[in-house]
Amino acid sequence: MPVTEDIVWKWLSEIPDPEIPVLSLTDLGVIRDVAWQDETLVVTVTPTYSGCPATAIINLDIETKLLECGVSNVRLEQQLSPPWTTDWLTKAGREKLRAYGIAPPVDGTRSDSSAAGRMARLTGQGDFKVACPRCGSENTEKISQFGSTPCKAAYRCQACLEPFDYFKCH
Amino acid sequence: MARATDLISNDILFEWLLRRGDTALVLGHRVSEWCGHSPVLEEDIALANVALDLIGQARMWLGLAGEVEGEGRGENELAYLRDAWDFRNFLLAEQPNGDFGQTLMRQFLIDAYQVPLLEALKGSKDERIAAIAAKAGKEVAYHLDRSADLVIRLGDGTAESHRRMQQALDALWSYTGEMFISDAVDTAMAEAGLAPDPASLKVAWQETVDAVLDQATLTAPEDEFAHTGGLTGRHSEHLGHLLAEMQFLQRAYPGATW
Repeated sequence: MPVTEDIVWKWLSEIPDPEIPVLSLTDLGVIRDVAWQDETLVVTVTPTYSGCPATAIINLDIETKLLECGVSNVRLEQQLSPPWTTDWLTKAGREKLRAYGIAPPVDGTRSDSSAAGRMARLTGQGDFKVACPRCGSENTEKISQFGSTPCKAAYRCQACLEPFDYFKCH
Repeated sequence: MARATDLISNDILFEWLLRRGDTALVLGHRVSEWCGHSPVLEEDIALANVALDLIGQARMWLGLAGEVEGEGRGENELAYLRDAWDFRNFLLAEQPNGDFGQTLMRQFLIDAYQVPLLEALKGSKDERIAAIAAKAGKEVAYHLDRSADLVIRLGDGTAESHRRMQQALDALWSYTGEMFISDAVDTAMAEAGLAPDPASLKVAWQETVDAVLDQATLTAPEDEFAHTGGLTGRHSEHLGHLLAEMQFLQRAYPGATW
């Protein structure tokens, strides 16, 4: 039976993200395309953040997985445009994040380039609530704009007093 | 595919790409020097992540520069095997970290420039430039939120933090003018619809800087003198020291990989 693209997508959905293993690569939305070109399987991947060290590991993991599944003729292509966004994070992925202790992104809160938007954020008008992934309280505060990886920020819950990571809207 | 090759000579495009790549690389390396030395753990992590973003952006710009040059040099050769006079970064990026406040002030002054620059580059006639700008622009907008926030908090903080932030602003101000001066490379890029004229970014930059400094209770110096030379390879002494550390491994063990 020929390996269809659907089967490849299913295999890719079994590869965990190297830094947040509760998410699969397809949950994360970094796989942009899967296509056969003659005898070669072309997988198009987009990086999350420009400097994310996981990018190289993700590529390696894709090649390894496909090899295990019997596909040795693979070409990985990097695609920058359109840039990765957390809008591509699947609904299932968001729930997995929350269950894992990471607050999922609050949609529509990404930093935009406009000076007006920035001043609103700096003066507190752009504040938004991030619910604690443990107790659900919205009484939380930002500790730092970055957490343990480029895609996260550090928060603290004022109700249950636990620190937690917030997956930034990007 | 829309590419600049038909619109401009490769030499000019290469030169312009080095300016973008080298500014990101040198600033990224500077910020990475904080790793393990920051005042608190959260800031250490944040600075390292900003550095990562910048070095990732440098890889994209320098990778494209190498491709355009067509001499077989890639991002690594361009980063590790050129000497100071071949670097094309803004002088501001190579200025020493100083204290935490000075590092954040330098970051803010550059972030406030990069945001409108990358925004404009999203409309470049070269789709490769537009793609890198769209990718980097999202990251830099977030950096600016952070650097502006900290400039305000430290400027409008204690008497000591205010004094240090004013000192940092005074020390760095004369390096900001260089970012808005156009030369033949910039003019050619602007005429070809590939990049904005640097002078056109001044209004947006000034607007951000004025608003943030006002909230930070800091005063920009009135002197408009601008140090120049970064874009033609005449750097301050600091760049050589930075490269000595950054390039050590490839210089001592040429071609080393792991």
